[in-house]
Amino acid sequence: MQKFTTSPVTPKCFHCGEDCNEEVLHAYDKDFCCGGCQMVFEILNRNGMCDYYSISTNPGTSRKIKVREDKFSFLDDAKICSSLVVFSNDSQTHISFYTPQMHCSSCLWLLENLHRLEPGVISSKVNFIKKEVDIVFDQRVTSLRKVAELLTSIGYEPYISFSDLGAKKTTVDVSKIYKLGVAGFCFANIMLMSFPEYLGIDSKEANLLYLFRYANLFLSLPVFFYSASEFYTSAWKSLKHRFLNIDAPIVVAVWVTFARSVYEILSGTGGGYFDSMSGIVFFMLAGRVLQEKTYRQLSFERDYTAYFPIAVTKINNEQPQTVALPDIQLNDTLLIHNEELIPADGIITRGKALIDYSFVTGESLPVMKEMGEIVYAGGKQTGANIEILVIKEVAQSYLTKLWNRKAETNKHDEERSFVHLLSRYFTIILFSIAAFTATWWFFTNASLMWNAVTAVLIVACPCALLLSNTFTNANILRRLGRNHLYLRNAQVIEDLAAADCIVFDKTGTLTTGRYQDMVYEGEPLSIHQKHAIGALAAQSNHPLSKAIAAWAGNTNGQMISGFTETPGKGIEGIVAGDLIALGSAFFITQKRTAGNDTSVVFVSIEEKVYGHFKFQNHYRDAIPELLQRLAKQYPLAVISGDNAGEQKYLRQLLGYEAILLFNQQPADKLEAIRHLQAQGKKVMMIGDGLNDAGALQQADIGIAISENNNNFTPASDAILAASQLPKLDRFIQLSKANKKVVLAAFVISVLYNLVGITFAVQGVLSPMIAAILMPCSSISILFITYGMSNYFGHRFRLK
Amino acid sequence: MSVIIILLIASISVAALFLAAFIWSVKNGQYEDEVAPAVRILFDDATLVSAQKTNLSTEDTGGQKK
Repeated sequence: MQKFTTSPVTPKCFHCGEDCNEEVLHAYDKDFCCGGCQMVFEILNRNGMCDYYSISTNPGTSRKIKVREDKFSFLDDAKICSSLVVFSNDSQTHISFYTPQMHCSSCLWLLENLHRLEPGVISSKVNFIKKEVDIVFDQRVTSLRKVAELLTSIGYEPYISFSDLGAKKTTVDVSKIYKLGVAGFCFANIMLMSFPEYLGIDSKEANLLYLFRYANLFLSLPVFFYSASEFYTSAWKSLKHRFLNIDAPIVVAVWVTFARSVYEILSGTGGGYFDSMSGIVFFMLAGRVLQEKTYRQLSFERDYTAYFPIAVTKINNEQPQTVALPDIQLNDTLLIHNEELIPADGIITRGKALIDYSFVTGESLPVMKEMGEIVYAGGKQTGANIEILVIKEVAQSYLTKLWNRKAETNKHDEERSFVHLLSRYFTIILFSIAAFTATWWFFTNASLMWNAVTAVLIVACPCALLLSNTFTNANILRRLGRNHLYLRNAQVIEDLAAADCIVFDKTGTLTTGRYQDMVYEGEPLSIHQKHAIGALAAQSNHPLSKAIAAWAGNTNGQMISGFTETPGKGIEGIVAGDLIALGSAFFITQKRTAGNDTSVVFVSIEEKVYGHFKFQNHYRDAIPELLQRLAKQYPLAVISGDNAGEQKYLRQLLGYEAILLFNQQPADKLEAIRHLQAQGKKVMMIGDGLNDAGALQQADIGIAISENNNNFTPASDAILAASQLPKLDRFIQLSKANKKVVLAAFVISVLYNLVGITFAVQGVLSPMIAAILMPCSSISILFITYGMSNYFGHRFRLK
Repeated sequence: MSVIIILLIASISVAALFLAAFIWSVKNGQYEDEVAPAVRILFDDATLVSAQKTNLSTEDTGGQKK
């Protein structure tokens, strides 16, 4: 063990694998980074469950931030309890918890062995994709609260939010998959039974021929009435909105094919085209299913309720009492703990608030609030407990009202695609050809008229367009997904390509959320002075003080006397005989400076101003290069809720035409987007926090940036992993390629049809060759779209 | 030629069996989580016993739910 402590390498925590920077705890021959991690190990060790550590190395998540002991006391409330449980009877209760920390096979193993830790748990089952654990427990032995606390004690704190209250779990719609399965089954069998027809059958075996034909007719019924209903409903829906989408001509083609085939079989004149019909329905359904593959672990529809706690502590006659969020009323007094969200606008009646609004407004520094000041819902308290008097109900609070306001968008999903427009022209041309054919045959040979017209309608179905579109979309969606850009649906690909103006949020989007880069400018400090400053800074909880303390390093053993903290201004105290002060320019120099730059901390020792610490936003890697590349192609804008400290740098990056707005409230952001749209621009907004929620909705395409996929993102059209933001320009290029691929595949399929018709008209094409060519042409379209979109993917270096 | 009819019935029923299996697997939620089952099967013996127990009890409760 001695060997480890003297080793120059920072020991890694046995539980979570993080570097033990601040302190190293030794226990059981192992290193731990914090008491929390060690505790989890002890619990598992006691129960003989250390397999947890052998399945994956360092499987835990850091436990440095402690969870308040009575955090889950609201689960004792029967009303809240009953809204969360899935099912309950006399001897067992089923509950499903969302545990975002779940990430590896060890997690899976541990969460499915909960019954070994707590006898009251009957069983537990993990859904890894959704990061949910379904737990069945005996409520006579244990309680919901105890189960939640058990999960928390082993490092999987369940995330329970306001939106869980009485919300129905959405189930994935699998009807399309069933339809696809049925269509595939019927298609394959119809193909098989069509061969005798094509290969020719002895006239002696005519009965057999009829048998096969009727079997085909029978097998085509589920395709026609069940599988193809997908297209009927979609076509009918759009017709009701007086819109002709691509499904309408396809439905016509399917009906005409079916009617003509039924007629041929019943009249004994031919074998029909059931194989073609079921084949095309099968391929088109497959395209749809692939295209609509959703990312179940992500949600694109979140509103504020997903961020708010389900219950808070209310002070009732000096007694703390748990109350569900909707039951908060005006003039209630709420107790807000450290790291807890303020659920409603209120006035502070006790304690000092240090509120982190970064997620709500984009300001990167917590705001100090005194007793009697108003705090807005959505901020997170980052200090000791405070009490607030509610002055507005939850749904009426300033920020919740803003998030609730639906941006006036005219997004009609699925109906804006260029494919529908194209298919409309196609349909019009098709019907004119059919009408022309009908009149021509009517005067030449009326008995052949219906044959000719139906043939035209069958051959000229725009199904190739639908096929190439859905399969290209599916492939591009998957490729973008592999690069951690998740789109809400396929329409977003086109929106991404169509955008002609890009707006960025700053804090959390271009930069990482916190001030990370700190530089000291001024007279050099001695080691002794540095430690003295650090010791003073360590007394304060202000994030800038903490950063200075960390910079100064070891600050133990310094005596501090006369420490005073003036909120919003600075701190001072006597360290080793020297009076040291840290704080704003005004606090230290007594001079008002022109700029109100909150990210500079001045330092003085014995009344002499030595210099200042400058805090800078830390830009994400490769962001400056991305901005320079984009600036050549698009008008850019940065709309930030933060102060204008970075204006100069951004101006230099984005050029003189870029719009730079600072100190923007969430409503201003939305207004700015609307203003750009009024100029006829298609706006792409890229943001992260709830302060961008309105703007993300208003924009033609809103992309939410997420540090990791489990984080909560506001409602948006797409979710992008923060590390992948530098690839944004390539994502746009790939989306633009989408249209090219679809059109190319469509043109090729039209050529196919033309060649096919030419041969068919001359009577050189045998029915069997035609029947084989039909699925082959569909499959070749799939290969073309797949190959081309992969080619573009490689070209834009997207794996 | 009745043999062809028998073969026909046989081939379609086999195919129908697979269709039924497919529908059952979708209904059973086998496509909802592609990661967990692959990992679960690799846990060693001591774990396997408890995992089986877990499965058993979930089935039990599933029955009672209905």
